[in-house]
Amino acid sequence: MPEVAIIGTGLHPFGRFPGKTALAMGAEAARSALADAGLTWADMQFAVGGSYEVDQPDAVVSDLGLTGVQFTNVYNGCATAGSALALASQLIRLGEYEIGLVLGMDKHDPGAFTAAPDEYGCPPWYGELGLFLTTKFFGMKINRYMHDHGITRDTLAAVAAKNYYNGSLNPFAYRRKPLSPAEILDSRMLNYPLTQYMFCSPDEGAAAVVVCSAAVARRYTDQPVYLRAVQTRTRRFGAFEVHSPSAAPSHLQVPAPTADAAAAAFERAGIGPADVGIAQLQDTDAGAEVIHLAECGLCRDGEQNELVAAGATGLSGRLPVNTDGGLIANGEPVGASGLRQVHELVMQMRGRAGQRQVPARPAVGLAQLYGAPGVAAVSILST
Amino acid sequence: MAARPIAEGLFTWPGDDPSLIGGCCRDCGSYTFPIRTGCPACGGTALQERLLERTGALWTWTSQGFAPKAPFTGTFFATDPFEPWFVGVIELDGQLRLESLLVGCTQDTLRIGMPMRLVLMPFATTAGGDEIVTFAFTPAGSYHAAGIRPGADQEAASA
Repeated sequence: MPEVAIIGTGLHPFGRFPGKTALAMGAEAARSALADAGLTWADMQFAVGGSYEVDQPDAVVSDLGLTGVQFTNVYNGCATAGSALALASQLIRLGEYEIGLVLGMDKHDPGAFTAAPDEYGCPPWYGELGLFLTTKFFGMKINRYMHDHGITRDTLAAVAAKNYYNGSLNPFAYRRKPLSPAEILDSRMLNYPLTQYMFCSPDEGAAAVVVCSAAVARRYTDQPVYLRAVQTRTRRFGAFEVHSPSAAPSHLQVPAPTADAAAAAFERAGIGPADVGIAQLQDTDAGAEVIHLAECGLCRDGEQNELVAAGATGLSGRLPVNTDGGLIANGEPVGASGLRQVHELVMQMRGRAGQRQVPARPAVGLAQLYGAPGVAAVSILST
Repeated sequence: MAARPIAEGLFTWPGDDPSLIGGCCRDCGSYTFPIRTGCPACGGTALQERLLERTGALWTWTSQGFAPKAPFTGTFFATDPFEPWFVGVIELDGQLRLESLLVGCTQDTLRIGMPMRLVLMPFATTAGGDEIVTFAFTPAGSYHAAGIRPGADQEAASA
């Protein structure tokens, strides 16, 4: 029995917006989500806001209206939106509130993310050596995965090309120019086997969703989409994770946090991977999309070459993945990225995705986030 | 000009046959590198210093095709033109996997599973002229890295 519904979503375009603050983008995304739900800010009984760069996302109330509403700020790395949704869902399921807004916003400098290693439990020398770098982790992870499961560089290029193509059909995407697999393979090698065009880049943007108790959802929309589960997990001992000077021996074969979060989300939702008709996965790079497909249980390890070559993950395939272009075409404003995924799932499941609408309107969608230092979130939605 | 390690307590110093200094949990026997205040496997706080294996197998690797932003401080690599270097994960049998710079190798010579051995390499020169030395791993059969010892010149490191 669904307990939580999504009744409106809104997005501020992702990209570069000189002179515009993250809070201003957040306010626009919030208004857009409220309008989609046919509601106003004053109707919100609570709000949850997520951001990496903005200390207090709740400062957005200065533009939305000083209503005195409970507004909780969360930050959980690349899984921030998952934690924000989880909190909102818990508040509704506990009966504390019936309706609220979840908002994410960010505005990052260009280039790979950096931070102080000691704030991630890493020693200073790890950063001085140039090892405190997410991109090299993703290169190492997919290189090993290719060795173990025969994934090819052509598959990586095809995944990135698909996401650029999907982005070209999305007016809110950052990168809207289709790129061929050859152009992607020939771009600068950043961290073998990953080239420049196989990576997403940090950028700017905002996204928002209005959530309410499933019991009252039809008061607001005849197309509610239900948030059936949202689970977040951290890494277990033995997993190979980002920002880790050392890890346990490989024979322990411990699943990644995404696999743990996905298994927990499916169990809570009472829905299986075979039911999923569309997925938005954390494609920090093309290899991450390939790996996360399997970690979410959506395919077997090694099956990705065949799936991608057959177009199964394309817009008209049997399991469309990253239909709005994913992180590769949208970039990653950390606080907003996961809510963009949810926005896209809702658009597709409501049949409102325009040029990039998948042919069979999916009944079940999955959104997955992964980031440093080994956190993951998986959400499962259904009509 | 004096040579000194990038951090104290990371590897034995000085000496020609370095070992990395890890931690081993007295409660569960799990290893960690570097030593931590708590065991990542069981949360125990009785971690003892242990010298780690000096050889292992290459578990995975990647190239570093751009100079990282701060806090990166390395000056060991060619900048004009920029030459990528390599990093990887070495599995030390029965102990742990650890991240390391790789030297004495190219994209074409690295193979997952190949034997690797610990070396020290010059990593940066400070404004005061001091040479900062760090640990690295090199293919166990490599002669390129044989000359890399504290005080060796920078040519050797990028060979």
